[in-house]
Amino acid sequence: MAQMIGGIFTSHVPAIGAAIAKGLQQDPYWKPFFDGFIPVHKWLAAQRPDVAIMFYNDHGLNFFLDKLPTFAVGAAAKYQNADEGWGLPLFRPCQGDTDLSWHIIETLVAHEFDITTCQDLLIDHALSIPLELAWPDHTGDFPVRIVPIAINTVQHPLPSPKRALALGRAVHAAVQSWASDAKVVVFGTGGLSHQLDGERAGHMNPDYDRFCMDNLAADPDALTLHSSLDIVDLAGSQGIEILNWIAARGAMGDGVHEISRNYHIPISNTAAATMLLQTDAVRLLAQA
Amino acid sequence: MHAAPAKRTIPGTPVFDGEAARKGYALNAMCFSFNDAQNRAAFLADEDAYCTKFGLTAEQRAAVKARNVLAMIAAGGNVYYLAKLAGIFGLNVQDIGAQQTGMSVPAFKQMLLDQAKGL
Repeated sequence: MAQMIGGIFTSHVPAIGAAIAKGLQQDPYWKPFFDGFIPVHKWLAAQRPDVAIMFYNDHGLNFFLDKLPTFAVGAAAKYQNADEGWGLPLFRPCQGDTDLSWHIIETLVAHEFDITTCQDLLIDHALSIPLELAWPDHTGDFPVRIVPIAINTVQHPLPSPKRALALGRAVHAAVQSWASDAKVVVFGTGGLSHQLDGERAGHMNPDYDRFCMDNLAADPDALTLHSSLDIVDLAGSQGIEILNWIAARGAMGDGVHEISRNYHIPISNTAAATMLLQTDAVRLLAQA
Repeated sequence: MHAAPAKRTIPGTPVFDGEAARKGYALNAMCFSFNDAQNRAAFLADEDAYCTKFGLTAEQRAAVKARNVLAMIAAGGNVYYLAKLAGIFGLNVQDIGAQQTGMSVPAFKQMLLDQAKGL
């Protein structure tokens, strides 16, 4: 059976993509953020996952307000990045895993999640930047196949944190029942606290961010005690991207511990964070 | 059964809900079109004609003309789409943050840095 081995959680601030393109990883402004990926790179080199399920939010590249799904699952053989309108470099394409996509789709509907399926899906910086951060070697293709899962964080009403966690747990059930020997990693992208719009632009909340990071591994249900609007109030209007982290944590299942975390203020307007969590499956695989 | 919750106000924080989405549709649709470089060029070549093509309201046109982000948001704009318009004007998220908070850009950047104090 497929094995869920870990979770990578990271901010996806567009400026990170520009910094990668300019090679600024050792620049004093950027180094404190990029250094958070050193343990992630070591872990990926050791664990070599085959597939990444990636929870993210689209920023108006693939989805517009004409048709805006609450939850959408990618089912494409290949995913391309494209021009987002404000000068970001184009990021590398990534292979999809259509077998796992359809197994997730079938399992989610069986769990009564009424999702949108996308056989053609452009991936934006929220997905491309975490891929580029995790696998920075630009000489080849990404060494994983992906399944993108987009969560609406744009147009209220947004799904609740409780619903995002339940979605993730249903994805975990799909991985557990997938007849494959693949090793699966999950990504949750975005956040942490930040706000781009309104008179409160520039708002961050390290106390709330710490609460999220402290509970993510051991007690993710703690993050569902707030409503989505509570989180907007606490973490800022784009801090609600924590929904992607909550869903991704749900997809890891139980028996999860923290390997590393990094938290740095500011990257652009954002309190930037990176966390690496691992499941007990890694220890069991090592003993087998 | 759950009733629809009462509208909640968070100071200084736009909540892009159904009311805003309906009000802002034309403005956001125009901004979404800026994913295409040809459309960005068309906007720059004739801003009025481009706004007319997308049917912007008078309030939206005035906000765009004034490059006023808070006015664009009041007219239903969503920041994820407005960012594409701001990019055409060469404005990044610190520039629009400074504009919305009434700070200078250096002061806004310092405010961001200062939030690292006490970590």
